[in-house]
Formats: sequence, C-alpha cells, structure tokens
Amino acid sequence: MQRQVALIKQSLFDQGYLDEQFMELEELQDDVNPNFVEEVSALYFKDSARLINNIDQALERGSFDFNRLDSYMHQFKGSSTSIGASKVKTECTMFREYCRAGNAEGCLRTFQQLKKEHATLRKKLEHYFQLARQAGPKETARRPK
Amino acid sequence: MAEVMRPEKLEISNDVTSSLASQELLHVLAVDDSIVDRKFIERLLRVSSCKVTLVDSATRALQYLGLDGENSTVGFEDLKINLIMTDYSMPGMTGYELLKKIKESSAFREIPVVIMSSENILPRIDRCLEEGAEDFLLKPVKLADVKRLRDSLMKAEEKAFNNIMLHKRELEANDIYSQLKRAKI
Repeated sequence: MQRQVALIKQSLFDQGYLDEQFMELEELQDDVNPNFVEEVSALYFKDSARLINNIDQALERGSFDFNRLDSYMHQFKGSSTSIGASKVKTECTMFREYCRAGNAEGCLRTFQQLKKEHATLRKKLEHYFQLARQAGPKETARRPK
Repeated sequence: MAEVMRPEKLEISNDVTSSLASQELLHVLAVDDSIVDRKFIERLLRVSSCKVTLVDSATRALQYLGLDGENSTVGFEDLKINLIMTDYSMPGMTGYELLKKIKESSAFREIPVVIMSSENILPRIDRCLEEGAEDFLLKPVKLADVKRLRDSLMKAEEKAFNNIMLHKRELEANDIYSQLKRAKI
C-alpha cells in the first residue's frame, strides 16, 4: 500500500504536475503535524476556486480589464508556486503574458487550459492524500531520504 | 550603602531574566495577503521554533503594532516583536510602504524587517535594502532562509544579553570595590 502511494507520488513528479516545492512542504511535516501538506492543499484549492470564479466573472462581462486580470493571476500564480503546482503555474505565466500583450483570445484559451490543469491536479491530489491516509500516517509523513 | 545599591541590581537582574525568557522564542510578525502563503510561512517559523503572529495586510500589521494612529497602545510595552516578515505585493499598502512606516517609528525602527517577493526585480530589491530592510527573500521562502534569519537574530540577542551581563558585573564589581573601600580593607 505504501509502495503504491510512493509510486503515485513519483508519477505526479515525473509527469510534471508537482515540483520541488511540494517536497519542501512534505519536509515540514512531522508526527505532530502529519497532515500539513493536505491542509495547505485544501486551502489552495478553496482559495484558487475563488480566484477562478472571479476571473470567470470578469471574462464573462466581456470587458477585458487586463490589469485586473493580471492582478488575479499574480495571486493565482503565487499560491500555485507555494504548493508546487507546476503545470498550473505554467498556465498562469502564459495567461499573464497574454494580459501584457492585450491578447484577449490568448487569455480565454489559456484560461480554459488552466482550469483543466487545475481540476486534474485537484483530482490527483485528492486521490493521493486519500491513499496516503489509508497507508498509515507515520510512513508517508516524511519523504524517504 | 549596600541596601541602596540592591534595588538597582534587582532591576537589572529582572530585566535580564525576563528578556532571557522571551529569548527562548523569537516572536515573528508575518504579513501576507495570501492565505496559502500565510499557512506556509507559519509552518516554516514554527518548525524553526518561533512564535508567530499572522496578519493579512499591512494595515492590520500597523494596527497590531499600534502605529495606525488609533488608541491601541494598551499592552504596547508588552509587545515584543523580534522580526517582521512581509510580502511585497499586497493590495492597499505594499510591504515596501509598511517597511517605511516601521523605520519611521521610534518604537519599532530597530526591529529587523524582511521583505518576501515572488518577483526577482533588482531595483525593487535595492529600494527595499536602501530603506533599511534586513533581507529580501524570493518566494517560495526556504526553510534554510528562515533558519538563517533566526540564527543571526539569536546571535544579536545573545550579544545584547552579554553586554547587559557585562555591565551588571561592572556595577557589581564597583559596588564591592566601594564597600571594601568603606571598610578600609
């Protein structure tokens, strides 16, 4: 079971969904706080859902306030970086490029892609954390050295 | 004569005792508008054995410090902050503006202020350091960064503590000397 958890985690890294930062977060876990990463992750998805909603509404209004959109995306990119959400971070960067170029079409396209990556990561992480809990907190709390 | 000296000595040792006790845990005020980053920095600081107070804006930081012009100076003397860590880009007042306000305050200008930012912009870094920032950290902040900060702060506190002890010993030595003189030994 623990091996399965380790394999899933490895594939998340190999496929580029997560980066080094996720490992940094895991290093901060201990016996007293074995669920820190899961807690941060939950916070991230709650917060980013709010940002996605804001951006959706802003885009739906049709008026492309690139400054405002860039500001939302700056926040989104920031928290994605902090959790190690690599693919989501990449989409955020692209979106901001399009904002700066004033490219509405590019923004819309990238945003669709971003939402997809975000949803995929959410599912994968939920699955991972669920398995990790079942496997036993002590072994999976820290990454193997 | 010895009795006259005693209250002063007691005062000194009380100060030393209480500042030693507060040195056990560095108290850090962390300012960030991102809930994810607040959770992260809190953990980094706790793991580094620091006491943490989190606020979500520069305005709230000023309120906490009692610098917002409102009458929030109750417990002002008890407020012991050893370090302020603030995000640069925040809505409303930026971390840079917060840094300036802190450095303008006579009560808090000695407290080291560290700026955190996700953007590696050299003019920004220069500006912050020129304004008196202790350090500028790129996000995501590393545990090594926090530990390094803590260690250098502990060293500074230890140095200050040693200076107090030295002064105390000097006073005591003078006291013994003057007692001996009076006894004509």
